[in-house]
Amino acid sequence: MSEEKPDLIDVQINGEWHSFPKGTRMIEACRQVGVEVPHYCYHPKLTSPGNCRMCLVEMGMPPRPRPGDDPPEPDEDGHLPISWIPRPAIACANTIAPNMGIRTESEMTEECRKGVMELLLANHPLDCPICDQAGECSLQEFSVEHGNGESRFREQKVKKPKNVDVGPRIRLDDERCIMCSRCIRFTDEIADDPVLGFTDRGSHTVLTVYPGKELANNYSLNTVDICPVGALTSNDFRFQMRVWFMKEVKTIDTNCATGANITVYSREDKIYRITPRQNNDVNSDWMPDSHRLNFHWIESEARLTEPLVKDGDQHRSASWQEALATTADKLAGLEGSEIAVIASARMTNEELLITNRFVKHLEAGHVDTVPRTGEADGYLISADRNPNTLGVKTVLGLDDPGSQLSAIQEGIEQGRIKAVISLQENLIEDAGFSADTLKKLDFLLVSYPLANPTADLADVVLPGAAWAEKSGTMLNITGRLQRLNKAVDGPGLTLEPWEIVRDLIQATGGGNGIYSVNDLFQQLAAEVSEFEGLTWGRIGDLGIPLIETGETIPLLEREKERIAKGLIVG
Amino acid sequence: MSFKVPTELEKEIDERVTHYPVSKRSAVLPVLHALQHHFGFIEEEAIEWTAAKLDLEPIKVLEVVTFYPGFRQSAPGKYHIRVCRTLSCAMAGSYELMEEICEKADIDRSGVTHHDPIAVSKDGKFSIEFAECLASCGTGPVCLVGDDFHEEVKNVEGLLKQYK
Repeated sequence: MSEEKPDLIDVQINGEWHSFPKGTRMIEACRQVGVEVPHYCYHPKLTSPGNCRMCLVEMGMPPRPRPGDDPPEPDEDGHLPISWIPRPAIACANTIAPNMGIRTESEMTEECRKGVMELLLANHPLDCPICDQAGECSLQEFSVEHGNGESRFREQKVKKPKNVDVGPRIRLDDERCIMCSRCIRFTDEIADDPVLGFTDRGSHTVLTVYPGKELANNYSLNTVDICPVGALTSNDFRFQMRVWFMKEVKTIDTNCATGANITVYSREDKIYRITPRQNNDVNSDWMPDSHRLNFHWIESEARLTEPLVKDGDQHRSASWQEALATTADKLAGLEGSEIAVIASARMTNEELLITNRFVKHLEAGHVDTVPRTGEADGYLISADRNPNTLGVKTVLGLDDPGSQLSAIQEGIEQGRIKAVISLQENLIEDAGFSADTLKKLDFLLVSYPLANPTADLADVVLPGAAWAEKSGTMLNITGRLQRLNKAVDGPGLTLEPWEIVRDLIQATGGGNGIYSVNDLFQQLAAEVSEFEGLTWGRIGDLGIPLIETGETIPLLEREKERIAKGLIVG
Repeated sequence: MSFKVPTELEKEIDERVTHYPVSKRSAVLPVLHALQHHFGFIEEEAIEWTAAKLDLEPIKVLEVVTFYPGFRQSAPGKYHIRVCRTLSCAMAGSYELMEEICEKADIDRSGVTHHDPIAVSKDGKFSIEFAECLASCGTGPVCLVGDDFHEEVKNVEGLLKQYK
């Protein structure tokens, strides 16, 4: 953001004068004052080829006087009269000019839109009843607003390839394609994997993957999101659910520290689809396929759905009361120094706050979380594969998360640590603990969404909610505080981790008075200096910058460069 | 499989590319012309060779090759015939001419599609396709055999005999 004020230009839109910064595209100027200009090919994050012609509008400029004539007189506001150009202009690729007039509702504009719609529909198949895009299709929406009631087209529709495998996760119906080229531009400009193109241009234009190649990059499913029609569909989602039946919840991705903003689509507590949600400070309009599709485990057969207690060598189902009472019993005889609490950087700040209380209440001698790292992909995926490492540092107060894990294992080996409480972590598979070490413990408690080898050894197993089944806040890699919102209910007797820890505190003789995750957030705001004065509402759907980390997200940096060069609107 | 651009040809192509100092992409047409002139058609390896030469993705070259009907993606016969089918020639009998040439040269056009417009005779001597206006509307039907222009073609046998 530059400090100086941008040059403002006056433009008349549908009869009213407004001011916009110099260089604003006509379509964006209209959008800023609430005037929608229908479009297919234009996307603010991609270059504008101006090929769909749907955004044609009537445009005017002040008349140029003939030599010898007086120049036109400005009115009292300094605006000149507008002489309307008898030829429409595309609003997406043209920028505003001083004293320009734009009409989006004139007869000429309506005529243009009707014409474009008629041509697009001439060859478009009428398979809306079985098309996945139905309900969120620009072609359908603009047909309602700008289309004709009937088709004048009496000839054979052009036949093109259908059900084409363009990559491992995407299927193409070329007959539905309206040749907007958004997917081609996305693979060229954002994903750096230009394998798509138009071949046989003309009456038979076909979207094609170069023979022998496939659209397989880890951002490929974003092309399905930006496809304005049902040409590109996701293999994972196609034919699974009509879009209008699904509930949409705005939340964040928890697969890495970037915390991409997402929308979770569900029906009757089953998740069907995840799509990226625009946040220009986090993930722009995009998200990686690997993160997008990592939700099917939530309804896995291996979900823990009720508390379990060990009875001899076997686990048996128990009520929450029994499981908590057993835990309190086992912990009662132990010194704090004999207890280790291993929490998770997948927990929310609220969960970490109450975990911190629990640690203090038990006077536990050891506390840590499990680090997860991978390779940063240079786009959106962070090397830190935990979503809330910064929360662990800020709220739980660990300077170097993961640094105590080997000391804890050593303590167990030497018999100094007798009880481990593992909250939302799988110590054997994710923290490198050996089963033999854990078998030396007098007491092991595990809360986790899925059955796992660590839980197999536990004296008490508690079903903890998965990320989509809980609410709270997390801090991403750039220090942005974002809201995780519950999208679906957990199965069976699952509880959210903050509820589990609250009940553990209560069962072991501590007080509480916490009834909702909001209570915890208020306490965060009161107790942790970084959160001072914050309210749940102020965080909003897009989060707020909270802590300066100096970290950047590579894909966003490249988009900023393209905006600065004027290639994209952003 | 054994696509190899001769040194002489590559030198000529490199020279043509220098005519487009702002964007090498603009050289895609002259490069493809040079390759088709030499090889007779543009095979997949030629597309990839062109892409590498001009720092482009192969799909960008394929887009151009498939746009221009003048570029062939399959091998033509020894002599390639292009029969005009635009209005004047069509009225003067270009479709009948096409049929007759195919019959006399033993060419089966039943497999011809929008994407694959060329048919080749069984002996590989002739190949044929329809072309749009060849700019001699007063003397239809007309056709090109290689670069030779033939007007008012009536004697198909005589036409074919000229090519051994």
